Amino acid sequence: MRYLPLTPDDRADMLARIGAENIDALFAAVPADKLLQAPPDLPRHKSEMEVERMLSRMAARNVSAGSVPFFVGAGAYKHHVPASVDHLIQRSEFLTSYTPYQPEISQGTLQMLFEFQTQVANLTGMEVANASMYDGSTGCGEAALMAHRITRRRKAVLSGGLHPHYADVVRSLSQMTGDNVVSMPADARANEDLLSQIDDSVSCVIVQSPDVFGNLRDLKPIADACHAKGALLIAVFTEVVSLGLIEPPGAMGADIVVGEGQSIGNGLIFGGPYVGLFATKQKYLRQMPGRIAGETVDAEGKRGWVLTLSTREQHIRREKATSNICTNSGLCALAFSIHMTLLGETGLRRLARLNHANAVKLADALTAAGVEVVNDTFFNEFTVRVKGDATALVERMAAQGVLGGVPASRLSPNAGVDDLLIIASTEVNTDEDRAALVAALKQ
Amino acid sequence: MLNNQGRPTQPVEAVAPHVRKTFTGHRALAMEEGLIFEIGRAEVTGVDVDDAGEFTPRLGKLERTTPIDLPGLSEPEAMRHYVRLSQKNYAIDLGLYPLGSCTMKHNPRLNERMARLPGFGDIHPLQPVSTVQGALELIDTLADWLTEMTGASAVAMSPKAGAHGEACGMMAIKAALEARGEGAQRRVVLVPESAHGTNPATAALIGYDVRPIPARDDGTVSVEAAQAALGPEVAALMLTNPNTCGLFEPEVVAIAQAVHAAGAYFYCDGANFNAIVGKVRPMDLGVDAMHINLHKTFSTPHGGGGPGAGPVVLSAALAPFAPVPFIRKDADKFAFVEHAEGTQSFGRMTAFHGQMGMFVRAMSYMLSHGGDGIRQASEDAVLNANYIRVCLSDVMSAPFGDKPCMHEALFDDRWLKGTGVTTLDFAKAMIDEGYHPMTMYFPLVVHGAMLIEPTESESKASLDLFIMALRDLAFSVQKGETERFSGAPYYSPRRRLDETRAARTPVLRWTKRKPIPAANQIAAE
Repeated sequence: MRYLPLTPDDRADMLARIGAENIDALFAAVPADKLLQAPPDLPRHKSEMEVERMLSRMAARNVSAGSVPFFVGAGAYKHHVPASVDHLIQRSEFLTSYTPYQPEISQGTLQMLFEFQTQVANLTGMEVANASMYDGSTGCGEAALMAHRITRRRKAVLSGGLHPHYADVVRSLSQMTGDNVVSMPADARANEDLLSQIDDSVSCVIVQSPDVFGNLRDLKPIADACHAKGALLIAVFTEVVSLGLIEPPGAMGADIVVGEGQSIGNGLIFGGPYVGLFATKQKYLRQMPGRIAGETVDAEGKRGWVLTLSTREQHIRREKATSNICTNSGLCALAFSIHMTLLGETGLRRLARLNHANAVKLADALTAAGVEVVNDTFFNEFTVRVKGDATALVERMAAQGVLGGVPASRLSPNAGVDDLLIIASTEVNTDEDRAALVAALKQ
Repeated sequence: MLNNQGRPTQPVEAVAPHVRKTFTGHRALAMEEGLIFEIGRAEVTGVDVDDAGEFTPRLGKLERTTPIDLPGLSEPEAMRHYVRLSQKNYAIDLGLYPLGSCTMKHNPRLNERMARLPGFGDIHPLQPVSTVQGALELIDTLADWLTEMTGASAVAMSPKAGAHGEACGMMAIKAALEARGEGAQRRVVLVPESAHGTNPATAALIGYDVRPIPARDDGTVSVEAAQAALGPEVAALMLTNPNTCGLFEPEVVAIAQAVHAAGAYFYCDGANFNAIVGKVRPMDLGVDAMHINLHKTFSTPHGGGGPGAGPVVLSAALAPFAPVPFIRKDADKFAFVEHAEGTQSFGRMTAFHGQMGMFVRAMSYMLSHGGDGIRQASEDAVLNANYIRVCLSDVMSAPFGDKPCMHEALFDDRWLKGTGVTTLDFAKAMIDEGYHPMTMYFPLVVHGAMLIEPTESESKASLDLFIMALRDLAFSVQKGETERFSGAPYYSPRRRLDETRAARTPVLRWTKRKPIPAANQIAAE
């Protein structure tokens, strides 16, 4: 077995040194009737070549995004990731290291996290950010709990434009803790009345922009209404590239910002691993979940970094911790940070503009072809109303070799949105891709 | 002494300070590196993006008016920045990484290649299910392997890491109790004092009160202690097995029976599964739910703190309450159940379907090992730990005598008493010897704990050198060479860092207001 260095002679020598008659003597604490006498009923070990063959066969049964005109979004987006990003994250010292608990020999990871935190804070317009969550949706669930701790209230109001999976995560957690959740109905036109829901019992309002249907939301009036009643505004985004072109949530008064960072540096990978971005105001720092890297000096006075404020965390505070999170998304945060560093402000603004331009071109082409675009505003994703059932249409397009979007009903099955299709268009789409989609949708 | 150019050489300690201090602050291959905010510029970019051309924006009034303040680096600059950073990290690929409870084993590169196949790495979670049948096949196959190795009825695949898996298992338990009409009555979760911090944090996260159970003098939990804590108000017992002291819980079967007799559920923390894969099936012991850290036992890389993956195996009693999504096999096709309506599922843990990238790597690991290799790996992990335990037992003190351990060997600090050297000092001196320290001061039930987990990836030669290095350090303690410890580490990229200062005056992001030290100013330090 290529991954096991011990030889039979080594094993015999070591058992002799230990004074054990055989390996099972070391398993003596296991009740005899529970100790398996033979390996589990699974295939025997395989060579690299055989494994590669088996897994390649499975992979070949999937239609990859890069092989077809591709317009699927709704929380995960196909972008071009520079080759250097994937090379760098595979360096042994990043890939095969643990959480930086020993700062003297983890400065690479710690400095990277400090840079990541700054990038996230600057992008969102917030004061502090943590070292990442699992993904946007779990960050959203944690943000609601954090708001409950800060306000000492237990009611969250969810916008009808919040990604339904994110709303489900908040509801599943709240159902366990007995917290209240008010869920607004699916809101494809962004004309819901959130303000009337905000009263003295509300802990937080959770609003996504661009929302799941692609609409941009002006958060300022919602933030003002929240603050007037002592509630917090949690702003959510699933497409981080949008922050290169639209006003950041921090500038509109958000108290906590959570989002999905997958678009930058990370592939689609069928939904994970991704990277949750989490930022807030300085005054709420001690209630923030997750790890944080901070600056300090070493015994010789040289600048360095450590994990800090860990008295919020489970390994110190146990049941009084702000969250149970331990492992987060370190390597995905690294990929994000490298890609963002390569882009820089100039590159990110250009990329965001190109995404928006491609989506506008597509929306205009669809409108010209007689397809109804629902949105007034959008970034790189919008919703169209189709004739009949969007799910059937998507299957039909897939059979023609076009992955044409996400039926809204796949996310919200009984919400009366069966005829809505959510379409994303990023920098990867060509004129030919757009023409293929328009043709497929016209049929 | 002369070098081969005929120049006299002497040890660096003997030469004048101006020779030992470099202008740049670098020391040959050990490079100092500034922050991207110091070396980058907003107008520089390392990505060529096409010009968007003329169009009418559809942003309403929400176009960004504020600067972002993000520095950019060209590709050569970026490569150098991150390669230099990487060289300040310890890694499994560099040396033995004996972090107890973390299972830092070799990460096969085949797994990386497999995860990057476009058919896995470049598919969207919301593509039509007909276009991702191979992905569902992989998840389903992995689930089969996990249930076979654990004896479980079902497995929830979506949890993103160990602690997320704990939450998943405990939420399934809560849902099952609600379904029985006992949700309001059962408000307490029992957690041994030796447990990982995530256990009590998880129980509290979903609204339970935590009641600790004491460990016995031998580091294990007795059935009497469990029984004494059980009652009609108890929802579940969370137990780590093998436990955090590196011991298999000898009374685990009786404890499980007691838990069930009291109407509660038995949650097992599977962080230490690597000791028993292919040797013991946890469900045979009476476990109702257990998370599996794919990033420990099944070698998906830790990546400097994640991502992980924490699938949860469930007993038949809990299986109906598993979160969505789950896969359903219809004849020769795979279907997805993505919504809880019409099922007993407690809901959703996360957007989409879980950590597919980790599933592919774990599957690649499992296929490579096979049933035979997986069992051998566990045996080797346990053998390696016991070898270290025995070879150090005459110089370091073990809290529970000479009992065999599972995959990690636990020492305490009695042997350091009166020497002026602490567990922390000893660990930091290991850094100078080229080793990552073991887990320190955990479990909390052992004073000055040092928990060593070598994993099966170490050769006998590697273990022997490690043992000799630790013995040398131990003799050094005995000889009173305290400076080797109190100032350690001496040779790492940074000496000991001031954690108190970091916490008292938190600097958590770079800001322009901070003075930027010039390169030669950093170098002058």
